[in-house]
Order: sequence, then structure tokens, then C-alpha cells
Amino acid sequence: MILGASTFVEGVDNAFILILAFSFFFLIAITGLIIYFIWRYNNKRNPKATQIKDSISLELTWTIIPIFLVLGMFYYGYVGWIPMKRPPEEGLKVTANARMWSFSFQYENGRTSDKLYVPVDSAVIIRLNALDVLHSFYIPAFRVKEDMVPGLTNNRTWFEATKTGTYNLFCTEYCGLQHSYMLSEVVVMEKEEFKIWYEDTTAVAAVAPEGANMALLGRQLLQSKGCIACHSLDGRDLVGPTYKDAWGTMVNVVTDGQSRQVTYDDEYVIRSIYEPDYDIHEGYRPGQMLSYEGELSDQDIEMIIEFLKTLAP
Amino acid sequence: MSETNTTNQHVSFLKYQGKYKGLLGWILSTDHKRVGLLYLYTMLVFFSTAAILGLLMKLELIAPGMTIMGPQTYNAMFTVHGIIMIFIIVVPGLPAVFGNFFLPLMIGAKDVAFPRLNLLSWWVYVIGILTVLSSQFIGGWPDTGWTFYAPYSFRTPVNILPALFGAFILGFSSILTGINFIVTMHRMRCPGMTWFKMPLFPWTLYATAWIQVLATPVIGITLLLTVMERVMGVGIFNPAMGGDPILYQHLFWIYSHPAVYIMILPGMGVISEILPVFSRKRIYGYKAIVLSSLAIAFVGYFVWGHHMFTSGMSGRALYAFSFLTFLVAIPSAIKVFNWVSTMYKGSLNLQTPFYWAVSFIFVFMIGGLTGLVLGSLATNVHVHDTHFVVAHFHFIVFGGTGFSFMAALHYWFPKMFGRMYDRTWANTGWVIFFSGFLTLYLPMFYLGILGMPRRYYDYLPEFHGGNIISSLGAIAMIAGILIVFVNLIRSSRHGEKVTEKNPWGGRTLEWQTDTPPTLENWETEPTVTEQPYEYK
Repeated sequence: MILGASTFVEGVDNAFILILAFSFFFLIAITGLIIYFIWRYNNKRNPKATQIKDSISLELTWTIIPIFLVLGMFYYGYVGWIPMKRPPEEGLKVTANARMWSFSFQYENGRTSDKLYVPVDSAVIIRLNALDVLHSFYIPAFRVKEDMVPGLTNNRTWFEATKTGTYNLFCTEYCGLQHSYMLSEVVVMEKEEFKIWYEDTTAVAAVAPEGANMALLGRQLLQSKGCIACHSLDGRDLVGPTYKDAWGTMVNVVTDGQSRQVTYDDEYVIRSIYEPDYDIHEGYRPGQMLSYEGELSDQDIEMIIEFLKTLAP
Repeated sequence: MSETNTTNQHVSFLKYQGKYKGLLGWILSTDHKRVGLLYLYTMLVFFSTAAILGLLMKLELIAPGMTIMGPQTYNAMFTVHGIIMIFIIVVPGLPAVFGNFFLPLMIGAKDVAFPRLNLLSWWVYVIGILTVLSSQFIGGWPDTGWTFYAPYSFRTPVNILPALFGAFILGFSSILTGINFIVTMHRMRCPGMTWFKMPLFPWTLYATAWIQVLATPVIGITLLLTVMERVMGVGIFNPAMGGDPILYQHLFWIYSHPAVYIMILPGMGVISEILPVFSRKRIYGYKAIVLSSLAIAFVGYFVWGHHMFTSGMSGRALYAFSFLTFLVAIPSAIKVFNWVSTMYKGSLNLQTPFYWAVSFIFVFMIGGLTGLVLGSLATNVHVHDTHFVVAHFHFIVFGGTGFSFMAALHYWFPKMFGRMYDRTWANTGWVIFFSGFLTLYLPMFYLGILGMPRRYYDYLPEFHGGNIISSLGAIAMIAGILIVFVNLIRSSRHGEKVTEKNPWGGRTLEWQTDTPPTLENWETEPTVTEQPYEYK
């Protein structure tokens, strides 16, 4: 039907084809009948109507036959769906964190990423974790979808990809202003390739190697943590203030209801990341950003600051 | 009706002079026909507003990226579009307009059982609308979607309280109308009209009224709890305070799913009136249609979970809900079979109401059959919360309720206004509307199967093609609506005069009274001896 790349595709598509075939058959048959009746029994061709008595046996026929048909559809829908609800015990375990408006994925060895990297032909069990409001985890090519509910900690879904490639991953539960930009990708790799990626600890953000380009790592962090969904790099005004030409300038903020001016410096950036509602940048709304306490280390923020310096006016 | 004097008895309800003159004579009238028209005019204004919002959204989606508005405006638009269309148009819709106007006429009564309560329900309705509209002045338009899902509805910086309160008040209007209709049908049928001699539109109103009375309080409670949560922070739905967002979804859909049947059942009633009249033939399967209406109203209470297949609720509950959802499809199928059989060997009078009725069957079938895709667990997971759902419920709610509303308007128009519309323009409007409708919504099924989520301000380039076609369809459909409305509004004042009682040759009682009806409908109380729709 459309691009399919997981073990669920066959069951789902079978149910689709069955229901659609049935639907098209009935739609065409009944519409055809209506058009035929309009042609055959319009009052020019058929000036006198023939009155017909009700028939209980006919009513029962078109009640009972459809009952069996829909029960068949129910059954196929059930069969295609039940594997989704039965994740295997063993498999790659990944925690998907969703917040307004980005995904991030955390692996058991501590590696994090803004895209979901998985090996082909292996079970991947996703723990669904929403930090603020409802989101939904949807990979059309895998026929997988499950809501991410804040407070519901044991919610899981799983899949087994069957083809390598890159596939869309959407948030399908409306989650506010930038909902339509809350998307990511699933990258399905060969097992060996995945292993190399997975064990590449130099990319683990928390450990910056000696002599690494701090600013570049900072930029990658802004990307992978979803910061740039709300704070643009090019001066566009999104949900929050842009990073462009910001470093070192004086910023008008509201603190505890009092307007004041602060310098866009280390102290201001660190506080804004850990306590987003402490200083409200004038012209922007409070309550939009969650604290990144525990998610970004001091060294992470150091890298981000190095990058922000490169954007200074 | 103590203010009635003898001189008013033979004057049309449009012209008689009661205690008040002019506008007051309308907004303070307890005459069921005037109340029905008050609803009609109010809905005309708000339907047009919400339809224009819909058009603007489709124009935004004609190309990826920002086209004519920003995301906040877009999100507010689909929210307000939904709130107006659901709570102000389709839920009250047919019962409030045509139920008020024609229920007493069709059962041979002088008015509804509680005329003052009836006027009150219009006033409550208007107060509800004004409360919703006050959002604009108190904190900005809501941006949560018409479903107000927790916990976003607690986090959004805009003030959603006016919209919640407004919807709560509108619910009261719905309950009052429901109670009024139930009592009217129990107590005021004319001599000889037993339950099974009652026409089918009143029957569907009866089934609807029970849903209105029994299900609406649930949404009232839910909305009040949400208000309490937002104002006092009681922590029922908000996980940040220990609440459960899935509980909100359950409560919301326990009402909002039966509400879908509030919307569609009266539409089915209208089609069951029109088809026999324009086929010159008795309706096929009268009792089957009555029983299937009651069955829909009953089973409709137990299927709300199919809105929540991916919400994270327990798997066992899910397949029970899927199973029941498939069962609720059966009564609708029975109706379609009976309608088509009614046309068999009839003598079809191809007029505008008939065209609307037949196109209703077509779009309703598409809506119903795609409902099977959504009822089945495996396929639901794929298309849940995508454009497929948007297309499906527009086929049911707009295709079903909207087409039957248009059919009803063109069918009863001469009786209501004593004038006839221009039939050529009416048919032209129908063709353009119908083709625009299909062009607008059919591509959305395809977009949904490709995986385009709903409530999307912007989209990936691969979804562009379907969106272009859909947006062009929206423009055509709005043109069709415009033609239909201009024709009807113009004809209500300047159309060709109709004085005969029964221009379509109908068999039900409303066609035996004057055109337009007089204040108390009947000079002598009618009696009924045979089934409705007994063509010889």
C-alpha cells in the first residue's frame, strides 16, 4: 500500500486491504443501484409507483449478513494489532522523551540522540516518556503509534524494522504551538553499523574529548535537545527569543513582576536553562519551557555557551 | 397563548401581531415556529463564520511553510472552527431548527409541550454563544482544539475558561430542548397517532432527545471539573498535580461519542421523510428504521473508547470497544438498505431536496465505511490522529448532518416561508457544493494513509499534492455554499409565492396545514387513521 518497513506492516495492511475491498464493493454496488434506480424509475419513465410491502426475511437477511462481515473485519483488525501489544522480553531498550516540541532518545549506555537509531531485524522496545503534555509516537512506515502520557511511566511500544533506511517519526497528538514541527527520523542501520554507532562514546555529549571543538558540540546539543524548535539561529521570532546576535547584549526581562535589564552572559544562560521562568524575556510568555535540570550537565552548558559566543553581534 | 386574539387565527405565523412588535415579536415569541427560525438565523451566521475559518485554514495549507497566517492563529482557528461547528451548529442543528418547527406540525400538536422553556433554550443558547465569543476579550482565543485535552488545556497560556463555560451553557440548552421534545411526543400526539404511526423524523428526534438528556450532563461535569482544576488546582486530570489525563479523555468521549449520534440521527430522519415523498412510495421498512434508530442511540453509549485506541488504556478494554464499534455499524447499514429499497419501483420526482437526500446517502456511506477502518484495531493504530480521521468525521458530520440539513431546508422551505426558491440556482449550488465537498475531503483520506497527522499547521513536502487538491476543493465548496445561501435568503423574501398546502405531495401532517402555518397550526385538530407515507 504505502512504504512499509516493520514486522507489523503485513498484519495491518491485510486488515486495510480487506476492509477497503469490502468498502469499495458496497460503495460501488449501492451507488450503482441508486443511479440505476434514478434512470429507470424517474417519473418520466415510470409515472406510477408500485407499492411494496415490507419483508421481515429481507430485513433479517441484510441485518445478519453484515454482522458476519463486520465480525470478520473485527477479527482481522484484532490479529494485526495483537503483536503490537506483546513486546518481547529481549531487545534494544530505548527511552523516548517528548517535550514541547522535540523528541530525544536515550539508550541504556547513556548515549542520547535527537534521531532514533536502530538496528535492522531486531526488536526495539521504546519506553514512552512525556515531560509536559500529551504527545504521540508515530512511525507511519512501521504502522506504530502510541500516545506519550505524562505521569504514565510504564507505557511502552515496540517494533522490529525489516529494511534499512530513514523514516519519518511524527508527534500525532496536538501539543501546542509548534506541534507540526515536532518530528524526527528513525534511522534503521545494518546491525554491524549500528553497533559501531552505539559504541561510539566520543559522541556521548557528557564526555567532551580533549581538544574537541566545543562550539560545534554545543550546536549539536541545541539541535539534539530540541532547543532550536523554539529559539532560532537565524533571527526568526519563534516561541522563545532567537540566539542570533544575543550573546553579550543587554536584555529586558521581567523578574518577579519587576522589569530590569540583565547581561546575556554565563549566569543568565545557566539560570535560563535551569529555571526558565525566573527571568522572563520581555515580549515572551512564561510557562513555555521546562527546566533542563538533570538533562544538561554543566559541561553541556559550557559547550552551548561556547557556541552562543559565535553568534554574538 | 392567552395573547392570541381571534383576528390572528388565520394569519401566517410570519405576520401575526402578538404583544410585541418587530424584533421583540420574534425574540420573545414562544411560537415553536418562530423559535425554530430564530435558531436557523443564528446558525446561519455562525455556520458562515466557521466555514470561513475552515476556508482560511485550507488556504494556509495550500503550500508548505507560512502562507497567510502564523501557527498561533492557525491553532486558534481550528479550535474555534471546531467549537462553533460542534457545539453551536451540528449538535443543536436539526432538532433546534427543524425539530422545533416541524415536530408539533408532524404529530398534529399546536406547539411543543413547554413553549416558554423552548424560548428559554434559545436564550440559553445565545448566552452560551456570547460566553464562548467573550474569549476574544478575556485572554485570547483558545488554542487547545475543541477537545480541550488535559494537560495541554492547563498549560496553554491563553484563557480557555470562557470557551469551557460557553460549552457548558450550550449543553443546558441542549438538555432543555431534549426534555421538551420527549414530553411533547409522549403527551401531545393527535388522536389516532399511535407510536408506530408517528413519522420517522419525530422518531429520530425522540431517540436523539434521550441522548441529549442522558449524555449531556457528563460533558457538563467534565467541563466544570476542568474549570475547577484550572482555577483551584484540584488535581483530577493534570499529572503535574497527581491527576490522570486519560480520565479526562474517557469522560469527554462518554458524552462526545453519543453526541455524534445526536448529530446524525435527526439527519437520518430527514432523509427518511424526503425519500418516500419524492419516490411517491411508502417508506420501505418503517419499523426497521425506527428500531435501528433506537439501537444506534443505545449502543452508541458504549463505543466511546474507539477514540482512544492509542491513548495507553488497557488492551482488553480496547478490543471490547472495537467489537462494539463494529456492531454499531449495523443499524446504519440497515437504514441505507431500506432507503435504497424505497426508491425501487418508485416514481422518482427529481427535485432539489431529492438530490440532496441521494447525495447524503453517498457521502454517508463513505463516512460509514471509512468508520470501519477506524473501528478496526490494526488499521486504527496507523490512521489514528491523522488526516484520515479529519476526512472521516467531516464525511459523517458535515456530509451527514450538513447534507441532510440542506435537504431539509430545500424540502420544508415552501412550508416555512410560503415561497419557493429558484430551482435552477438551487440545483447549480448543489452540484458545485457536492463536487467541492468531495474534492476537499477525499484527498484527506489519502494524506492520512500516507501518515500526515491532523491539527498540522505545516507539513513535509511529500504531503503537498493532496493538500493542493483539497484546498482547491474548499474554494469550490464555499462557492457552492454561497450560491445555495444567496438563493435561499433571496427567495425567502422575493421567491415565487406558494399558497397550496402540499407542493411536494407529502403524506405527513405538516403538509395538511396552511402554507405558511398559522399561529396555532390547525383550525381543527387533525386525526390520523393510517401509517405515514401510505401512497396508494
